[in-house]
Amino acid sequence: MSSTAITRTVVVRNPNGLHARPADMLVREANRHQSEIMLEKDGTRADCKSILSLLTLGAACGTEMSLIAEGADAEQAAAMIVELFENGFHELE
Amino acid sequence: MKFSDFICEKAIRAQLGADNKKDVIDELVDSLLEAGEISADEKADIIAAIMKREELGSTGIGRGVAVPHTKHAGVGKLVGTVGVSVAGVDFNSLDGEKVQLFFLLISPPDRPGDHLRALENISKQLRGETFCRFLKQSRTSEDIRQLLEEADASQFSG
Repeated sequence: MSSTAITRTVVVRNPNGLHARPADMLVREANRHQSEIMLEKDGTRADCKSILSLLTLGAACGTEMSLIAEGADAEQAAAMIVELFENGFHELE
Repeated sequence: MKFSDFICEKAIRAQLGADNKKDVIDELVDSLLEAGEISADEKADIIAAIMKREELGSTGIGRGVAVPHTKHAGVGKLVGTVGVSVAGVDFNSLDGEKVQLFFLLISPPDRPGDHLRALENISKQLRGETFCRFLKQSRTSEDIRQLLEEADASQFSG
């Protein structure tokens, strides 16, 4: 089985940024997938399956990051997470 | 952002007496009241807001750490306190573990950036095994104050 790495660009759209609740949503979504899913900001990588790791990014509204998913279900995982960012983690008015 | 930018030293509590979620939040908000960071007539409202936030999902983020928080117009700048529970408190954490380390934050409604930077600082420090272990072993508020100071000087980084 070949494992494919998928890279997407995501932008934090919700005004409050990637705080605890969005990070929690991200972890829940990531945990539905087997792939390793990382977010990279300014050379720092965070594991999308760890809330503590995600919070270290301190990603405010407007921050652009790379989403890297690697594994058998990387394509679906990346698509679902891109959607969460696009929907502003359901925090957009 | 450093701990000294938002943690009120006078409000640090080394040996929390509370043994449940509601009481821990009460005790920590009380510590900020006693330190003069919030006013008495806002206490109940602040506690209710923090509990309401917990209902959306526990702020127990794993590793025995919780960051209960709210926005409130009663503060002019981000204020926070640290509490340590020796026995640990059931906080409905995401990983199911009891919580020993609490960082309670109250931020002005219009400053989401400061809240994010405080979370960033807390999570970065807590990733370090040494800082996490020492904090759990702290038995006096002076121990905690010194530990935060050392963390601010980046003695635990890496």
